[in-house]
Amino acid sequence: METKTINPITKERLLNLYQLNHEQLIADDTPAVRANREKAIASFNKLGFPDKKMEDWRNTDLSGTFEIGYDYPLLPALEDDMQKVFRCNIPHLDTAVIGQLNGWFVSKDVPLMELGNGIIIGSLAEAMKKYPQLVDPHLGNYANTESNGFAALNAAFATDGTFIYIPDGVKSEKAVQLVNVIQHRENIFIQSRNLIILGKGSKLTVVHCDDSYDHQPSFSNVVTEIVVGEGAFLDHYKLQNLNNNSTLVSSTWFHLEQEAKLESHYLSLNGALIRNNTYARFNGPYGSANIYGLYLMDNKQHIDNYVAVDHASPDCVSSELFKGILDEHATGVFNGHILVQRDAQRTNASQNNRNLLLTDTAKINSKPFLEIYNDDVKCSHGSTTGQLDETAMFYLRQRGIGEDNARMLLMFAFADEVVSKIAIEPLRYRIEDMVKKRLQGELQICEQCVLHCSTPENPVEFKIDVSKI
Amino acid sequence: MLLKIINLHASIKGKEILKGINLEVNQGEVHAIMGPNGTGKSTLASVIVGRDVFDVTEGEILYNAKNLLTLSVEERAREGIFMGFQYPVEIPGVSITNFMRTAVNEIRKYRGLDPMSAGEFLKMMEEKKKLVEITSNLTNRSVNEGFSGGEKKRNEIFQMAMLEPTLAILDETDSGLDIDALRVVANGVNKLRTPENGFVVITHYQRLLDYIIPDFVHVLFEGRIVKSGGKDLALELEEKGYDWIKQQL
Repeated sequence: METKTINPITKERLLNLYQLNHEQLIADDTPAVRANREKAIASFNKLGFPDKKMEDWRNTDLSGTFEIGYDYPLLPALEDDMQKVFRCNIPHLDTAVIGQLNGWFVSKDVPLMELGNGIIIGSLAEAMKKYPQLVDPHLGNYANTESNGFAALNAAFATDGTFIYIPDGVKSEKAVQLVNVIQHRENIFIQSRNLIILGKGSKLTVVHCDDSYDHQPSFSNVVTEIVVGEGAFLDHYKLQNLNNNSTLVSSTWFHLEQEAKLESHYLSLNGALIRNNTYARFNGPYGSANIYGLYLMDNKQHIDNYVAVDHASPDCVSSELFKGILDEHATGVFNGHILVQRDAQRTNASQNNRNLLLTDTAKINSKPFLEIYNDDVKCSHGSTTGQLDETAMFYLRQRGIGEDNARMLLMFAFADEVVSKIAIEPLRYRIEDMVKKRLQGELQICEQCVLHCSTPENPVEFKIDVSKI
Repeated sequence: MLLKIINLHASIKGKEILKGINLEVNQGEVHAIMGPNGTGKSTLASVIVGRDVFDVTEGEILYNAKNLLTLSVEERAREGIFMGFQYPVEIPGVSITNFMRTAVNEIRKYRGLDPMSAGEFLKMMEEKKKLVEITSNLTNRSVNEGFSGGEKKRNEIFQMAMLEPTLAILDETDSGLDIDALRVVANGVNKLRTPENGFVVITHYQRLLDYIIPDFVHVLFEGRIVKSGGKDLALELEEKGYDWIKQQL
C-alpha cells in the first residue's frame, strides 16, 4: 500500500493546497458557489485559524491537535473502501438513513433521492448540479466566513456533504439519520458541508451522528446550514462519539423564519476535542428555539460548546440547557452568547449550564454572556459547577446501595434532564442506554452509530426501530 | 440482643455532641427517644447508621454482636439497619422504582441471594404500597421530588416496608405531619412490627406515641440519656415539660 506523508495543519499548507487543486475544487460549482469559494479562501487567508488569544477560543487549544499531522484528500474514497466500511445493510430511501464517509455522501449510484412528496435527500454536490435554484439562495448565506476561520476554510474546500430539502407544508414522518463515519488509512483532515432546507409549515427530524470507525486520528471541520422556514418545525440531534484521537469542529447555523420552531440536542459522548459552534438567528417574530447539550468527558478529553442566539426579531423565545460530567483530566468550556437586538421586544431568553466535576483535575470554564439592547425583555442565565450531592449519596447508601452504584444513579439522573428531552422514544431509550454505558466506561466508538459498522462476528443490528419513528 | 450501645461519644468538627450514650434494644421492642431540640437525638441516629461527618471518639456500637463502627454506611444498611430521615432527600431523575430495585438487589446480593425478578419486584411494590396506603403513581416519580411533607414521610415508611429492616430508626418522622398523615405513618410502622425486629423512634412530641406504643421511653439531654422508663414517661413529659427533667438533674 502506498503510504502518504502526513503533515501538520497550517494556514500556508492549506492555501497552497487550494492553489494547486483549484480546478478540481470548483469543478461542480454553480457560479454563486464558486464566487463564495473565492471569497472564502481570501477570508481564510486573512483570518487563519483561531488561537488562544481570541476571546471565544481562550480555553480551547488546537495547536497540539494541528501538529499530529493529517492527509488532506480532496476526493472521496474508492467504492471498495466504502463497501468495507458500510458492511451493514444500509436501509435506503424508505428508512431515510444517509451515510457519509469522511464527510462525503455515500452511494453515488443514487446520489439524489427524490421522494414522491417532493422531499429531496442526497449529495450536496449533486444538488448543486441538479437544483441550483434550491441551493444557491442558501448555501454560504448563513455561515459567517468573514469572522469564522473554520467556516471560511470549509467554504473554500468543501465540495460535498448532505443536502436535504423539505417542500412547503410537507411533514416528514420519518426521521432522517445522517451518519458520518470516519475511516481512512492515514490520519485524515475532513471538510464537510451540509445544507438542510425546511419549507414553510414543514416538519423534519434529523439525527446527525459523527462516528469513528477505528482509532486513527482525524480532524473534522463540518459546517451545516439549516433554514427553518416560516412556521416549520425542526427536531435536531447531534450525536458525537469519536475516538480519543479525533478532533471535531462542528459549526451549525440555524436560520429561523417567522414562527419557526427549533429543538436541538447536542449529545457529546466521546472524542479527543470537540468544539460545537451553534448559531441560531430569529429572522422573524414568534420563533422559538430550545437548545440542549449533554457532554460526558473523561481522560484528557476536551469539550467546548459555543452557543450564540441572535434575537433579531421581537416575540421570540429561546432557552439553552447544557449539562456536563467531567471526569479525570477532562476539560470543558461553555460559552453562551445571547444577543437581543434593539427591535426584539418581548424577547424571552434563558441560558443554563450545569457541570459535575468528578475529580480535582477536571475543569470547566463557563461563561454566559448577555448582550441586550432593549428594555422589554425577560432574560436569565445561570451556571453551576459542583460535585455529586453528598446528602443524596448518603441517602442512597443508607438504603444499602454501594458507593459506585450510588454515584452511577446520581450521574445518570443528572444527565437524564437533557436525555429526557429527546422526543423520539426509541432514540431516547438508545441514548439512555449509551449514557449508562458511557458512565460505566463501557461504550465503544461506533456503538451508537445506527449503521453499526462492527465486526463480522457481531451481526449488525438496528437498535433504533426506524419503523416507529 | 439487637443493638447495644456502650458509652458512645461522638463529635462534629471537634464539638462533642454525644457524651456517653448507653442503650440496649432487643428484638420485638420499640424504644422512643425524646428530648428537647439540640440535645443529640438526630446525631445518635446518624452515628448508628454511619454518617461520616461525625467522629466517634469513644465507645462501641454492637449490632447482633458485630462491631458496627468498622462497617460502611451501605454495609450497615445491608445488615438490616434502616433510618427514616427527618428530611428525606429529593433526587431528581432517579425513579423510586429504580432506586428501590437497586437497593433490594444489593441487599440480597450481600446476603448471598439472587436478584429479584422484575415480576416479583413489582408485585412486592404493589403489596407494600397498600401497606402504607399509597394509591397514587408515586413510585413512578423521582425520589421525593416535589413531594409534600406527608408524601415524603410516607415514602420513607414505604421504603422501610420494601427493605424489611431488622432495626429501624425513625428520626422525627412525625415532624411536619398533619394528624391524618401521622396516623397513616404510624399504622405502617405498627403493621411492620414483628417479634424479630426492633424500632428506635426519635420524637420531640408525645403525639406520635399515641399511635406507636413504645415499650421504653428514654430522655436524651445534653448528649446523655438522663431518664428511662415505660410508656407513661412520655405522658409525664408531655404534662410537665422538659424543664421538669432539668430540675431533676
